[in-house]
Amino acid sequence: MSVPFAGLELANPIINGSGTFDAIAAYTAFGEELCDPFPFAAYVSKTITLQPRAGNPPPRLFEAAGGLINSIGLPNKGLRGYLEQDLPRLRSICEAARPAGAAGAGVPLITNVMGSTATELEELAAACEEQDAIAALELNVSCPNVSTGLDIGADPEQLRAVVAAVRPATRKPLIVKLTPNTADVPACALAAQDGGADAVSLINTLRAAALDPGRGAGSGERWLGGGTGGLSGPAVRVVALAQVAAVAERVEIPVVGMGGVQCARHARELLDAGASVVAVGTESFRDPATGSRIAAQLMSVAEA
Amino acid sequence: MSLAPPYRRELRVTANEPLGAYRILRAAAPPPSPGESAPAAGQFAMIAAVERWGGGTDERPYLPRAFSIARCTEGDWLFLLEDVGPGTRRLCELGEGDALWALGPLGRPFELPQPEQHAILVGGGVGIAPLAILQDALSAPAPVLLGFRDAAHALGAELLRDAVVATDDGSVGHPGRVTELLARELDGTESPVVYACGPPAMLEAVRSLCERTGTPAQLALEAGMACGYGACYGCAVPRADGSYLRVCVDGPVVDASELAEVVEPGAYGEVPA
Repeated sequence: MSVPFAGLELANPIINGSGTFDAIAAYTAFGEELCDPFPFAAYVSKTITLQPRAGNPPPRLFEAAGGLINSIGLPNKGLRGYLEQDLPRLRSICEAARPAGAAGAGVPLITNVMGSTATELEELAAACEEQDAIAALELNVSCPNVSTGLDIGADPEQLRAVVAAVRPATRKPLIVKLTPNTADVPACALAAQDGGADAVSLINTLRAAALDPGRGAGSGERWLGGGTGGLSGPAVRVVALAQVAAVAERVEIPVVGMGGVQCARHARELLDAGASVVAVGTESFRDPATGSRIAAQLMSVAEA
Repeated sequence: MSLAPPYRRELRVTANEPLGAYRILRAAAPPPSPGESAPAAGQFAMIAAVERWGGGTDERPYLPRAFSIARCTEGDWLFLLEDVGPGTRRLCELGEGDALWALGPLGRPFELPQPEQHAILVGGGVGIAPLAILQDALSAPAPVLLGFRDAAHALGAELLRDAVVATDDGSVGHPGRVTELLARELDGTESPVVYACGPPAMLEAVRSLCERTGTPAQLALEAGMACGYGACYGCAVPRADGSYLRVCVDGPVVDASELAEVVEPGAYGEVPA
């Protein structure tokens, strides 16, 4: 059941959502058993920025109805730290990883990058272009533009311009991770396609807030250290289904569908809505083997 | 340190009995996966009920909850529970034969004392749990000092052997703080090493006392976490150098010298009323 996707060949249609699985930490916790079967047919890194980021002050999590609000703040070692420290380890994990349905080992590494200007994103893409270990790039465009304050990915014209600026910096497949926090998601998907994206992925988390339950009603104190956060988990699945279907109807490029997927039926629904590949995110927090379990179920149905 | 397999396992509850204000949940330990050894003192598991996890207040719980493996005995893993929110409430309801998801054992355990060192165990509230399995792992008897808010909670001290108890309300044992007992114990101990787990204010008092007296200390931290294996980055605690550590993979046991201060952790919702 080989799955062609934006120039890559995946052993099955299940990958991870960026920022929901730290392969290096998981390898430390579980050892080499993590790699056979590896939960995903491609591994998407967490978001890398040019400069290191410590992340948001705690509290970073809030358990909401049917899901989780996170305000992590994209902690990462910065581009140089990623290339020097993390990439060699990710490369060896990805080389040893045998996903469900594959005869041998090896999954593509997709590196997710974020910048607050087109210039920053170009620099990140150019640095990744030189790395053989990186198979593809994903652009996180849920970042405020430093001059306008608007999320780059929320405005179709701005998004088209940014993707068009990054496109010449890399020949690797370029995936644009769309934000759901905008009026017209299909218009943004079309803009990404026009700018030269090879694929789009959605949905990112829905912007959400929570008040401090310990302070009592009326205090108005925000719970999350970052003020607001992003909602994920089962609560967002039906939103994802609608957005993925609307985007897949409009664009020619392949779509990665994600949002609240817990089982093979949920993945199947996103595939039926037009996604080529499905990403698992929050459910991996509850069980790290969720990805391979879903992939195996999808493949056993396909064979039957 | 034992490595868990990379998937959650279904355990069978063998008992769930009250111990004062707490409950002790016992579940049959999973058959070890290849290369897996018994949980080390200080390691934890992410646990959730297989049935009816969700559907409580605000449709919670959704995520599994992190619990120290309080003891491994007679083929069971023991967890010490206190009903403080929808997740702990559901776990408190479980009965013999019910199914429990468990991912683990996870995290960095306590480092056992060097031959010349004398261990002192200090715990507070539900945080006494990892000190029980540590007591089992020690080759020499060590003083156990435990603090609780009142007599009902102080019954939890029965989880360990030969504990000296302090209570906030003075109803049992030493009236006052467990760190007052610790200060006294440190005075009469050569080459002490302190092992502590409890609420942040108590851990901070222990950390600060050990810093003043030059005593090495290992602190078992607690923080709300979604995954337990380094994926979510939710359990961040500030280090002395201003960076954040992840309690799940950099802890839960940390050397006290790594921290400038023990701060209130960011729980994801098990907020006591």
